[in-house]
Amino acid sequence: MAPGKKELNKALKAAFVNTIPVLTGFSALGTAYGILMRTKGYGVLWSVLFSAVAFCGSMQFVAVTLLTVAFDPVQAFLLSVMVNARHLFYGVSVLEKYKDLGRMKAFLIYTLCDETFSIVCGVEPPDCNPEYFYFFVSALNYLYWVAGTFLGGMLGGLIAFNTEGLDFALTALFVVLLLEQLKSQENRLPALIGIASAAAGILLFGRNNPVIPAMVIILAVLIGGKKKLCP
Amino acid sequence: MPLTDTQTLIIILAVAFGTMITRFLPFLLFPKTKKTPEIISCLGKTLPAAMMGLLVVYCLKDISAVNPPYGIPELISVSAVVILHILKRNALLSIAGGTAVYMLLVQHVF
Repeated sequence: MAPGKKELNKALKAAFVNTIPVLTGFSALGTAYGILMRTKGYGVLWSVLFSAVAFCGSMQFVAVTLLTVAFDPVQAFLLSVMVNARHLFYGVSVLEKYKDLGRMKAFLIYTLCDETFSIVCGVEPPDCNPEYFYFFVSALNYLYWVAGTFLGGMLGGLIAFNTEGLDFALTALFVVLLLEQLKSQENRLPALIGIASAAAGILLFGRNNPVIPAMVIILAVLIGGKKKLCP
Repeated sequence: MPLTDTQTLIIILAVAFGTMITRFLPFLLFPKTKKTPEIISCLGKTLPAAMMGLLVVYCLKDISAVNPPYGIPELISVSAVVILHILKRNALLSIAGGTAVYMLLVQHVF
């Protein structure tokens, strides 16, 4: 059945409202990324291409270093698997939600980032087919990142407005979505496990490690507590 | 640009390929045609809250308790988000308010 225009509008509107914090954060970070790439001699075409093809936020900042040292694609590949390992857990979390997506599915998996995952899992979709909502959230977040990169690559250091601290919008978004998770009783224990495991991972393995130690701890505790968590 | 065009392109593809493995693997391992194991369904229910907690902690991981400003801007701003959210239950208001407080603090106070 072809989606009604009204239903699509509703989904787009809800997706836009829910992604405004991402628009804010990605504009700031995407611009910073475009500027950083420029200072290393990579023009706007390269930074936009990187954002559009790889679309992996923090890993792209790591990759700036890879572009300035000796050519080593194997290291680049392995590093991005490790830095992005958390996506494995996002995939497992949305397996059920993304089950019957049809043609959109590959695009939604391709663009499954921290922010999209948090909104898809943390926000109640509006009164429409939830799949349209997921689609627009993914598409808008992707667009914000690519557009932010373009802006940074074009403007370079010309921006007069002091944007320091603007990326806190993403931290605030995660805090709000965590609070929303805490509203329902059954999510409280998993949320605490996540916080404690992340803190333990940082204390034990240092703040510069990718999230892998924290993920292993989370997995062990969740599986160990399966009987209590999923009765 | 220290690398050649071709080398840059290969690095982009290598990063994209590594990233996409992490995004597509769960869907390849547990296709919808097969019944998802019970333990994976349980993880699917509990991981979102756990990862949300992890993301918040990782956003705050670079603050230092021994060097100025001792994480005070973060502490104040996160508290602002939490208080606003409990009082008003409006996600955008909580996020905008917290971000404004944070920007004010890092730009003008600390």
